[in-house]
Amino acid sequence: MKKLLLAIFLISISFQVFSQDDLLDILDNETPENKTAAIVTATFKGTRIINGHSIENRKDKELEFIISHRFGRVNLGFDELFGLDQSNIRFSLEYGLNDNLTAGFGRSSFEKTYDSFLKYSWIKQKNGENSFPFAVSLFGSVAVKTIKDYDPADKRTFAESLFYVGQVLIARKVSQSFSFQITPTYIHRNTVKIDADPHDIFALGLGSRIKVSKRVSLNGEYYYAFDKSKSINARNSLAFGVDIETGGHVFQLILSNAITMIEKSFISETTGNFFGGDIHLGFNISRTF
Amino acid sequence: MKILITIFSCFLFVAISNGQERYLTKNGAITFYSKAPVEDITADNNQVLSIIDASSGKMAISILIKSFMFKKALMQEHFNENYLESDKFPKATFKGSILNFDAIKETATKAQVKGVLTIHGVSKEITIDGDFTKTKEAILVDGNFIIEVDDFGIEIPAVVDKNINKKIKVSFNFNHKPYNK
Repeated sequence: MKKLLLAIFLISISFQVFSQDDLLDILDNETPENKTAAIVTATFKGTRIINGHSIENRKDKELEFIISHRFGRVNLGFDELFGLDQSNIRFSLEYGLNDNLTAGFGRSSFEKTYDSFLKYSWIKQKNGENSFPFAVSLFGSVAVKTIKDYDPADKRTFAESLFYVGQVLIARKVSQSFSFQITPTYIHRNTVKIDADPHDIFALGLGSRIKVSKRVSLNGEYYYAFDKSKSINARNSLAFGVDIETGGHVFQLILSNAITMIEKSFISETTGNFFGGDIHLGFNISRTF
Repeated sequence: MKILITIFSCFLFVAISNGQERYLTKNGAITFYSKAPVEDITADNNQVLSIIDASSGKMAISILIKSFMFKKALMQEHFNENYLESDKFPKATFKGSILNFDAIKETATKAQVKGVLTIHGVSKEITIDGDFTKTKEAILVDGNFIIEVDDFGIEIPAVVDKNINKKIKVSFNFNHKPYNK
């Protein structure tokens, strides 16, 4: 009898416990797995880390207008107002064809260069089930140099003015505040200045950002070129920047030894020595519509 | 002894019947709306979980922050990254009781829910007015209320002061169905 009593007592207790189950716990158990929640977003704030592209794309039907600007070298002294008298400016329009594919078109004043690119977000970094540690984007661009810097007798054809760039962007958001990117790059130039200059250039880019507050991050970017142009004594490009985000704008303040802002130029045609003071102050301002 | 058995059996019976009076929805709708001079912002979440225990009038709501859908993807990213910090605080929750639950009829009845709302890791006691309809097959709840972002430690920087209203209108609509488990 006592056993029966105990049994009923225990059962009623256990049911009691069950019925007092926290309602929120029930909701937790019923929560379906959310697939979009597992995708890691905002690895970088902008579509550029500094000069080079980040894995980030514009989303479907978003149009971004970017004005980028690089002044002359800081070490030019007072006569050139520390480089502010000179400038290279690039305007570009970049449009999200869908969530994963962005097309862009830009024009740089430096060597009157037009560039167009496609960037495809191929693999996303994911948490939880089916997790994947990296995000991978593919980038391809064609640029055409239209400045008439040739001998009139030896006019450059359109095809001879072309440059091609292919990149694989591999990035990981390690934590809320730290992301890094590795960027194997291939550049092909249809025309080079002297025969000793390579037509094909392989390079490896390293970029990272450290978020110092919700809207401000510090960025660093370095491109090591395995092949270098002898004619201009080309150097590797190094840049540091601060990203400041305000609503639809991202404002990037930049220190870089490159005056150019497109891959074919800053990776293969940079001549400044960063630690010798050949530093260009610059900014990127983007507005998304 | 028999009395004791009867008493415990009664507990058992009550406990079992308790468990059968729950109503749940997995696709409750919550919309929030910010009206500001520069722009109006709305976001919808149609995957809100809500449960009502009809025996006690207790109610709980669980909202996945990343399920809020905005018209502009960039807004959605900023909402998650900068304002709600959804990686740190993935869910908003509410836990409370419906006052005068027994007075709710099969036609829309005004009632209040009192409880603790937790958003962005900050909890605050609130009382919300809503319209309730209770039948055997369903409990319908809808209404709206205002939350102040300051109450939940959500900072809005001065530069976007004219883009985001600090008072956010939240409307909700839940259709709870009987839940047996």
